[in-house]
Amino acid sequence: MSGFQTNSRVIKWIEHRMPVFSFVDHSLGSSYPAPKNLSYMWNFGSLAGITLVIMIVTGILLAMQYTAHVDLAFDSVERIMRDVNSGWLLRYIHMNGASFFFIVVYIHIFRGLYYGSYKAPRELLWMIGVVILLLMMATAFMGYVLPWGQMSFWGAKVITNLFSAVPIFGESIVTWLWGGFTVDNPTLNRFFALHYLLPFIIVAVVVLHIWALHQFGSNNPLGIDPKGPQDKIPFHPYYTVKDAFGLGVFLIAFAAVIFYIPNYMGHPDNYIPADPLSTPAHIVPEWYFLPFYAILRSIPDKLLGVVAMFGSIAVLFILPWLDRSPVKSGKFRPLFRIFFVLLMVDAVVLGIVGAKPPEGLWLVVGRIATAWYFLHFLIILPLLGVFERPKPLPASISEPVLKGGGSPMGAGATAKPMEKA
Amino acid sequence: MADTATPAQAGSGETRRDFLYLAAVGMGAVGTACVAWPLINTMNPSAEVLALASTEVDLSPIEVGQRVTVTWRGNPVFIDHRTSDQIQQAEAVDVAELRDPQADDARVVNPEWLVVIGVCTHLGCVPLGQKAGQDRGEFGGWFCPCHGSHYDTSGRIRKGPAPLNLPVPPYEFTGDTSIVIG
Repeated sequence: MSGFQTNSRVIKWIEHRMPVFSFVDHSLGSSYPAPKNLSYMWNFGSLAGITLVIMIVTGILLAMQYTAHVDLAFDSVERIMRDVNSGWLLRYIHMNGASFFFIVVYIHIFRGLYYGSYKAPRELLWMIGVVILLLMMATAFMGYVLPWGQMSFWGAKVITNLFSAVPIFGESIVTWLWGGFTVDNPTLNRFFALHYLLPFIIVAVVVLHIWALHQFGSNNPLGIDPKGPQDKIPFHPYYTVKDAFGLGVFLIAFAAVIFYIPNYMGHPDNYIPADPLSTPAHIVPEWYFLPFYAILRSIPDKLLGVVAMFGSIAVLFILPWLDRSPVKSGKFRPLFRIFFVLLMVDAVVLGIVGAKPPEGLWLVVGRIATAWYFLHFLIILPLLGVFERPKPLPASISEPVLKGGGSPMGAGATAKPMEKA
Repeated sequence: MADTATPAQAGSGETRRDFLYLAAVGMGAVGTACVAWPLINTMNPSAEVLALASTEVDLSPIEVGQRVTVTWRGNPVFIDHRTSDQIQQAEAVDVAELRDPQADDARVVNPEWLVVIGVCTHLGCVPLGQKAGQDRGEFGGWFCPCHGSHYDTSGRIRKGPAPLNLPVPPYEFTGDTSIVIG
């Protein structure tokens, strides 16, 4: 791959003093070689980045119209909806943007799970990604509190109360989080401050995520390392255009929801102003938290329920050391594929259970699904690494396409995967 | 400065540097912690929040069998003017069988009046049972709709995920029919 070149004297002048153009070129330009077999499943990383930018832009504009006070917050949101120029559009983009951000990121995560993108040497890349997921959850939770509707208030109360399960210090921690004796004005104020701050921290962690990614480059659907330049193509224009096409498709779906069913993923109770003295009959978190909420509720002990809920994320942190199979891609792992599908089904079942009252059959289903979730990560994956017989891997990324014609030109390049160009 | 480099002092000089290094870093850490605490403490309840900490209630209009809700420190407080049946029920329970063992007389000043904070000890929802026709759960007290905790006529947890009884706020009778909570 060629390095960065230009004829512009202005760019040359800047480049000599601060090599910013070659940096961009190396990061996502023609000097960044990517495996040539990346499928559309590899679109969701850049999509997540773009969604983050959409959220930050609409969020800053909303913050200019919003008032973080218990007496004014609900009305200021209604004012955005009715009086502010295109305020309804701004809010519907931001509100549904949160859901789409989670859709994109969950697909991104399940892609990583299927193709073994968490395996060596990308463990740290994966763990930084889990940190981003946690930050996203905190940000989304606090953002949902800001409109100060019934679901905002009671969601905030239930979730902050999770920390009261901490032995000994629980009460003091919760009082400290609230800045009072219940969710009230101090809580709303600090949630607004943190909701504004956290996205920028996410941006910083995304930079780390991309930094770690570029150390070894993207994984690919075959899960084998590129053997040389013949297995790679420049990121620009090949993947910039592929990402742009995917973005177009994504924006069509996003716009369809914003303009036709903007409240489909919301909850009508949140259009009732918060009332600290009356709990809605049925409290449900936003859909993207439902599987975790189901895990919390399926355990009859308060502390253990909270531990299990956080544990469901914690297992993702240690996933690179739970799955010991040397084969990355699920394409070559016949048993793993079956369990992967079961895990996806399990996640959906947990989501459905999370939306239902914790009674009767739902409680039983929730317990089985919770048990299966942990069984998958803590027992099945480690055992598969030992007992599964993977299918033979192709010799190179080019081989399955070119039927053996893709062997490296230079004999010296056969032994080692190509270093970054 | 030349004398610091003599071989005879080299060994002791290194220990001295180690000590100075540790002392300087330790001092820095203590100083940072001292500044961090007031910053963290700004997030604790402020003086004006704490100032709202007492509520006076006139009990005279509350009839036997009636329940009312008042607000104390932003939280609902349930006041139940219990019937003699409800008092008997609460006193008849075998304390040893309870999840959070507490006798009824340890939870009331005057058995006719039960005063508890109406916040479920599981995750903070307000239990049902204050208004006529609401579900009072299997033990005739309160029922939390969020995750299904049942409380008895003494506000004690009997069934469901909540770990503790509904807490009794600090209160005292200022007359036969008035109390001050907090």
